[in-house]
Amino acid sequence: MEKFTVHTGTAVPLRRSNVDTDQIIPAVYLKRVTRTGFEDGLFRSWRDADPAFVLNDQRYSGASILVAGPEFGTGSSREHAVWALRDWGFAAVLAPRFGDIFRGNALKEGLLPVELELTVIEMLWDAVESDPSLAVTVDLGAREVRAGDLTCSFPLDDFSRWRLMEGLDDIGLTLRHEAAIGEYETSRLRFKPAVA
Amino acid sequence: MVGVPDGTPRTLAEKVWDAHVVRSAQGEPDLLYIDLHLVHEVTSPQAFDGLRMAGRPVRRPDLTIATEDHNTPTDNLLTIADPVSRTQIETLRKNCAEFGIKLHSLGDAQQGVVHVLGPQIGLTQPGMTIVCGDSHTSTHGAFGALAFGIGTSEVEHVLATQTLPQARPKTMAVNVVGELAEGVTAKDLILALITQVGTGGGRGHIVEYRGEAIRKLSMEGRMTVSNMSIEWGARAGMVAPDETTFAYLAGREYAPKGEAWDEAVAYWRTLATDEGATFDTEVTLDASAITPFVTWGTNPGQGAPLSARVPDPADFGSEAERNAATRALDYMALTPGTPLREVPIDVVFVGSCTNGRLEDLRAAANVLRGRKVAGGVRMLVVPGSAAVRAAAEEEGLNEVFTEAGAEWRFAGCSMCLGMNPDILEPGQRSASTSNRNFEGRQGKGGRTHLVSPSVAAATAVLGHLAAPTDLN
Repeated sequence: MEKFTVHTGTAVPLRRSNVDTDQIIPAVYLKRVTRTGFEDGLFRSWRDADPAFVLNDQRYSGASILVAGPEFGTGSSREHAVWALRDWGFAAVLAPRFGDIFRGNALKEGLLPVELELTVIEMLWDAVESDPSLAVTVDLGAREVRAGDLTCSFPLDDFSRWRLMEGLDDIGLTLRHEAAIGEYETSRLRFKPAVA
Repeated sequence: MVGVPDGTPRTLAEKVWDAHVVRSAQGEPDLLYIDLHLVHEVTSPQAFDGLRMAGRPVRRPDLTIATEDHNTPTDNLLTIADPVSRTQIETLRKNCAEFGIKLHSLGDAQQGVVHVLGPQIGLTQPGMTIVCGDSHTSTHGAFGALAFGIGTSEVEHVLATQTLPQARPKTMAVNVVGELAEGVTAKDLILALITQVGTGGGRGHIVEYRGEAIRKLSMEGRMTVSNMSIEWGARAGMVAPDETTFAYLAGREYAPKGEAWDEAVAYWRTLATDEGATFDTEVTLDASAITPFVTWGTNPGQGAPLSARVPDPADFGSEAERNAATRALDYMALTPGTPLREVPIDVVFVGSCTNGRLEDLRAAANVLRGRKVAGGVRMLVVPGSAAVRAAAEEEGLNEVFTEAGAEWRFAGCSMCLGMNPDILEPGQRSASTSNRNFEGRQGKGGRTHLVSPSVAAATAVLGHLAAPTDLN
């Protein structure tokens, strides 16, 4: 995973709540066995159905920060949703609340899920719509979002922040404790099932 | 061992969590041991690739089991026409062979939806930690297991280490008071709950479903409820194990036998939430007030009693809800004020990890027996597994379905998720026993109403949303 420290880019205002992972990437794109190249599936139904959809709007082309409504990334556990956002060029998603599994997947892949109050999200929507070239900065070290006159802090636990800033691989971290795993295995209840 | 109890009253979730902590450190997530890892074709190929690139083996193939379900056809067992789907299935077969993982392939007697498989062979047991790269892993919580869906990076992590770093969630009790009325099912209960609490209502919590109405549910009913925990954002949903659980498990292939069974049951009895234990959040649901329930919108929290009308977006409290309802009604092509019973249906789907078990098929068959599917309506009945299919045929349910004019198909996820040949055409409207009514979930442009198996069957007969009582 690449390190995430500070990211500055332009933003896309997605004024929708309950953006489930089926919308982020429809299931038909999940048949692939690769881990990259999912940008063609991103919001595909909405991009196809509506020429005015924000990702079709040239004013927001090249944007790397998605600003969305509450309950972003609910539903299916598909990590392909994170891959599609990342492959499209997004580095961070800002929303009032995220689905738990999506949030976990995003943290694993270095796509930063930033939780901000709905009132702040609404201010960002207004600001970005009136000036699509507005530079938005997501500062992970300071746990802060800055855009024009707006500065707002966001919550993220210390451990996740450290992992992202160091670009650390979770499996590598866990394997440092391989002895503890082995020790746990010797104490497992004997009637627990194993696949024959 | 970390997490040895000190006598403080604990909830079911806390007991199962504590028993699986491999390592706990201040300021870090707990490292949890995983007792069972379920694998399917869609969310695993990239994880196996990761193992290969890093030169890592699967730590515990004996705690890992795989099946083919999501992208498979249900009209035959031999030919996967779509080459991309076929490659994904072949990739799973190759990966399982290479890493020594048992796989139930198409044609195998146990093949089927991954969340039907675990319980049916007795691998899903109380007090276990169970994960799968699928959000409906919450299903297994019906047995008092801590079970949750994970992404592909976590699938790789579990394959490599048999553990997962997890921040301890909060706990929530859903106290279901009163009893369900005759003809009201577990599906109606969970749909009513999600409408009450909203799609984000359970976020960050492990939920325990409690109360008399839950105790009276069969294991199949409890699985339906636990299955949809993710639809209101819960990390996991659990039901404390009891005699119903033990009776279901006894004699199944992987259930403990002999002395080990007695030892296991004694342990399972200790898992129930202690008197005096507290939950971070409590929610109460009145089961006696629930009637057959359906969804009208594009998320599972947009539901109403079948006896109600399509709501008016103007009646919702917040601007976000009003906008969401307006968008949903536009997508669903519904007019506010229309009685839900007058909504015409093109396709009826009975199946999925929510409602694809034998009891669900019986419920649908009981309504259909001696009746016909309405002209112009297509009805698909898709057993959750090959074993469910065989058991249903043993009882003659297949004949009830085919005589009524429904399609009796092979096991798989089928029309639940729009990634195999069973999909809605654009503009078609379904009554579906599955778990998600998202835009395009069952096929691009398709419109989904979530219903119980008995409502699905009555709807098929009348051609519009209906309950069995409408047939009298």
